[in-house]
Amino acid sequence: MRDLTDRALDTAASLGAAYADCRIVRRLEESISIKSARLEGVASGESEGFGVRVLVDGAWGFASSHRLDFDEADRVAGLAVRIARASASALRDRVALDARPPAVGQYVTPVAEDPFEVSLETKIGDLLAADRAAVGVPGVSFTESSYGAQRESKTFAATDGSFTEQVITHVGAAVEANAIEGDEHQRRSYPDAGGGWGAGGYELIRRLDLAGNAARHGEEAVALLSAPQCPSGLTTVVLDPGQLYNQVHESCGHPTELDRVFGTEASYAGTSFLTTDKMAEGFRYGSDLVTIVADATAAGGMGTFGWDDEGVAAQSVDLVRDGIFVGYQTSRETAPRIGRSSGGGMRADGWNRIPLIRMTNINLLPVAGMSLDEIVADTDDGLYLTTNRSWSIDDRRLNFQFATEIAYEIKGGKLGRLFKNPTYTGITYEFWRSCDAVGDASSYVMLGTPNCGKGEPSQSAHVGHGVSGARFRNVQIGVGKW
Amino acid sequence: MVSEPTQLVDPGERSAQALALAQDIVTRALASGATEAEALVTSEDAALTRFANSEIHQNVAETSIGVNLRFCLGRRIAVAATGRTDDAGLRALVERAAAAARSVEELEDWGGLPAPTGGHPNGPSAAGYAAATAEASPEFRADGVRAVIAAADAAGVLAYGAFSTAREGIAVSNSAGIHAAHERTTSQLLTVQMSPDGGTGYAEAAATDATTIDAAAIGREAADKARASEHPISLPAGEYSVVLEEYAVVDIADMLGYLGFSALAVQEGRSFAEPGRRVGSDLITIVDDGSDPAGLPMTIDFEGVAKERVVLVERGACRDVVYDSQTAARAGRTSTGHGLPAPNPWGPFPLNMVVDAGATPREALIGSLDRGLLVTRFHYTNPVHPKLAIVTGMTRDGTFLVEGGRIVGPVRNLRYTQSYLDALAGVTAVGRERRTLKGFLGSAVVPALRIDAWTFTGTTEH
Repeated sequence: MRDLTDRALDTAASLGAAYADCRIVRRLEESISIKSARLEGVASGESEGFGVRVLVDGAWGFASSHRLDFDEADRVAGLAVRIARASASALRDRVALDARPPAVGQYVTPVAEDPFEVSLETKIGDLLAADRAAVGVPGVSFTESSYGAQRESKTFAATDGSFTEQVITHVGAAVEANAIEGDEHQRRSYPDAGGGWGAGGYELIRRLDLAGNAARHGEEAVALLSAPQCPSGLTTVVLDPGQLYNQVHESCGHPTELDRVFGTEASYAGTSFLTTDKMAEGFRYGSDLVTIVADATAAGGMGTFGWDDEGVAAQSVDLVRDGIFVGYQTSRETAPRIGRSSGGGMRADGWNRIPLIRMTNINLLPVAGMSLDEIVADTDDGLYLTTNRSWSIDDRRLNFQFATEIAYEIKGGKLGRLFKNPTYTGITYEFWRSCDAVGDASSYVMLGTPNCGKGEPSQSAHVGHGVSGARFRNVQIGVGKW
Repeated sequence: MVSEPTQLVDPGERSAQALALAQDIVTRALASGATEAEALVTSEDAALTRFANSEIHQNVAETSIGVNLRFCLGRRIAVAATGRTDDAGLRALVERAAAAARSVEELEDWGGLPAPTGGHPNGPSAAGYAAATAEASPEFRADGVRAVIAAADAAGVLAYGAFSTAREGIAVSNSAGIHAAHERTTSQLLTVQMSPDGGTGYAEAAATDATTIDAAAIGREAADKARASEHPISLPAGEYSVVLEEYAVVDIADMLGYLGFSALAVQEGRSFAEPGRRVGSDLITIVDDGSDPAGLPMTIDFEGVAKERVVLVERGACRDVVYDSQTAARAGRTSTGHGLPAPNPWGPFPLNMVVDAGATPREALIGSLDRGLLVTRFHYTNPVHPKLAIVTGMTRDGTFLVEGGRIVGPVRNLRYTQSYLDALAGVTAVGRERRTLKGFLGSAVVPALRIDAWTFTGTTEH
């Protein structure tokens, strides 16, 4: 690997690059898909290539290829330099990178049971057992169960002498039960819509106990068909970790990406209401109970690594401290513009994409006092919302609307009847300011999503979220006739 | 070993090389015991120049190839994929697929790999291929970006956006006789422009030939709208008549394609589509047509089946949905050529939707609106109730109040929660002009629409 990165970097430097880095990435993937106890698909994938990023005349260029040989390294490095010179033809401010020590070392995700060594028969058998348990529930129309594993081996080298090697492994699985009657389609997913994912090995899948939880979720999907429509109005809501992490993701994760704040995502995903003047003035983002960090060192998180894709060491960065907005997710290019050094937030979706600021593990830290169960017991009247069904937020991350798969009524501190089609909506900072309880460490879990989209060309990232559940007051639920 | 198709220049030659690679893989799979085999070769040379704050900040290019092998042992099916096309890579690919196929259970209703359909010749096709796009340089894209920025400068606003060009190839060979390939080019220029006084505007164009995109005109359209949308007023949520520009209409087409116009959605009971069911006004006709030169043509699907023109909605009534080989086998008919790469638990999708143009000029769409909103585009849309096609999302980059047939001023963005089926039923006029746009499902050719009632359910601060 080092021969190829050296060749690409030498070529880029000889053609005028003031800085260059090269990543060689090999990605292994495996997936299993089952529908209604039928094995629909078993697939494995392997992708390998390299990307060269250069800074020439203060402008960026990037090129990539799947062919790993010296001739291609020369061609790709030369193309990256040519592209950078074209970029320089429409440049107003030269790119300046922060200083950081050369990155050297290795990082490997801790894995107890290598998912690529577990037999296919075992993995199919485990997933089939869960799917059969769900589809066997009377009234379930169809089920979908999925398993996925990804291992990324990446080598990073830069003209400043950096050279790191990392092997990162993620796995996930889910079972989803669907019940349909007339125009009503209800779904219950376990452990999460789209899969319960984490960093580690097959031990995470065994821990989910898919088969042991599948039937209960099938029964809930059927029960929702005859459940009353969730009412509209202002009420108290308790978000369980499975919904709360989506709320953190959309309303804190994305708006604290500093490249968004500076407009580089404006034409696609939008910008952010958390402008830099708000950090300077100590903007109140949430209640005193709200502390949110971007922590690339958190155990088991899908945003955990040794170094980001610019060679910046993994670290934890405060975003919101005791309710006050205090920091951003940053890169070597953006951090100096707010007088800071990079927080190590740059990651790329494989060898053929340029690194962008991506969430690492955006965690709402637990608050000592009440577990999630105790928060419910402490609530006289409200709704307990779980498992995301849909999400939408405006282009500055202010007005959001989420739907969950199910709502449980809370009366006198106890969970009661079900409501179907629950939605809730609000303005980000008003919502977080209304938070009056956050679960303690006993309720804290590391969750995450394997499909966070950003960038053009589009990139999908695996990101983590540590959450423990929380309560919010005076939340608007329902949207009129729907 | 055969050459990689991405190293060649002529599209016909490249298709032939990709087909030879696919055929080689099928031969290897059959020699390894497969009873049926299918190889899909996808290749791409893609580049994108991205700009923000009126300067280029990201500029990328990639050369990639992917090989997908569907390996069948009777009714036991497995898929393996790789980006390695050397002999060792292909051997490993076949071994992985074969090992997986031996480990899986039988698929009871497996209908077999698709065979060539009558009337659609096998072989390579280059419909929708423009050499100028395939050969577009970083300097060409930078020229286009500078034209957009110049328009923004002239209006005193900042430009953000992306200019992409790509050559895309797919080639499919299978043991049932499919031997088909398609090479095409695509390009897209989009821009958001922002004024110092809070206005934003949007414009976009997509084409097979990048040289037909008028970058300066795209820049002017977005800049004018950014200026026009400064200092918006707040309107309360509620029901309004709307004129949706093409950039918003493409989301309706895509979302209905995603939620309902797929045979798998119908077979699983989660689609609204039933033959004859009225889902739109008489003014609405939607087809999927991979050969329509107005769009971004794609003449075969990822199973190598020639794409048929499928009428999805005709004068407001559902007619048909799209099929791949597996959903077609279950329904006892042939694939319409809308399959995705195997394995595919999501089912077939219409990737080339075309909405019929109407007779109403843009000015008349607005001019006949007594009181309502002109919406440029939607943002972050997501289904709330899939079977009723109830979707939530935000307006973005230019929302205007119209009174007495005249635009009277900009309004702050609004959240909507709206059944797209009810919206189609409420269409009272269809634009005469259409735009070719890229949506989240593929490409679409769509007109603007006037709709008598649209439910806005929330407001925001900008």
